[in-house]
Amino acid sequence: MSASVLQLHYDVPGDDFTRAGEASSAIKNKLKQMGIAPDVIRNVAIATYEGEINMVIHANGGTIDVTIDADAISLVLKDTGAGIPDVELAMREGYTTAKEEIRALGFGAGMGLPNMKKYTDEFELKSEVGQGTEVNMKVYLKK
Amino acid sequence: MKVKDLALKDGFEVINEGDFDREITGAYCCDLLSWVMGRAPAGSAWLTVMGNMNAVAVAVLADISVIILAESAAVDQPAIAKAMQQGVNILKTSKPAFESALLIHECLS
Ligand SMILES: Nc1ncnc2c1ncn2[C@@H]1O[C@H](COP(=O)(O)OP(=O)(O)OP(=O)(O)O)[C@@H](O)[C@H]1O
Ligand SMILES: [Mg+2]
Repeated sequence: MSASVLQLHYDVPGDDFTRAGEASSAIKNKLKQMGIAPDVIRNVAIATYEGEINMVIHANGGTIDVTIDADAISLVLKDTGAGIPDVELAMREGYTTAKEEIRALGFGAGMGLPNMKKYTDEFELKSEVGQGTEVNMKVYLKK
Repeated sequence: MKVKDLALKDGFEVINEGDFDREITGAYCCDLLSWVMGRAPAGSAWLTVMGNMNAVAVAVLADISVIILAESAAVDQPAIAKAMQQGVNILKTSKPAFESALLIHECLS
């Protein structure tokens, strides 16, 4: 294990679509300032945005913790929302429980979780109904 | 082709000028946000009718070069404000998404 060089913490408010994406944008800007490679930044931006939006829409908000060390960018997204009853089903492309008014905004393609998995090198989702959801992801800095 | 070159073409109206020197690498048509997030290559011109703040956020995070509102689709005021703040290019055209994408493709090849 290498020493951690930077940790970031963000609170994501629930049900506030006007602010949705702010934490992900802030993380993206921080990584840019640090001189991280653009393709790595893009992967992190996609994964955090999808996770952030999911917490806003499906879980009434949550937290994002980012750890940047010499090897990887680690992302931990936690919420205390309703949880996901069938994780395997939720991971399928096209599966969504988004309501009509949310779909009208352009969400609800059922692609968020698949995108998070696709754009990260490590992806783990733990969820318990009535307790909440935790997503752990890693994007490697060295391939 | 840079965004400014497209902005000068017939039938394109500037809604917000962010970085007009950005290169357009291709065109992508879709209105579902996480579909764009997952599939549009970086640098794409994104043709959509979804003119809201969430579209602007997607453009920032997925490195979209320009949002183009097709068929003169409306873009709301909060979206324009966010685009100004974040430097996101937005154009508008009366052409359908497919025709605009074809035009971009022809300009690039
Ligand atoms: N943090 C969460 N808490 C509770 N349920 C969640 C959470 N994240 C995802 N889900 C559930 O998993 C489903 C699939 O999520 P996914 O992000 O793939 O698609 P979506 O959010 O419905 O649509 P999209 O992301 O394409 O706009 C959601 O519809 C929701 O039922
Ligand atoms: Mg989602």
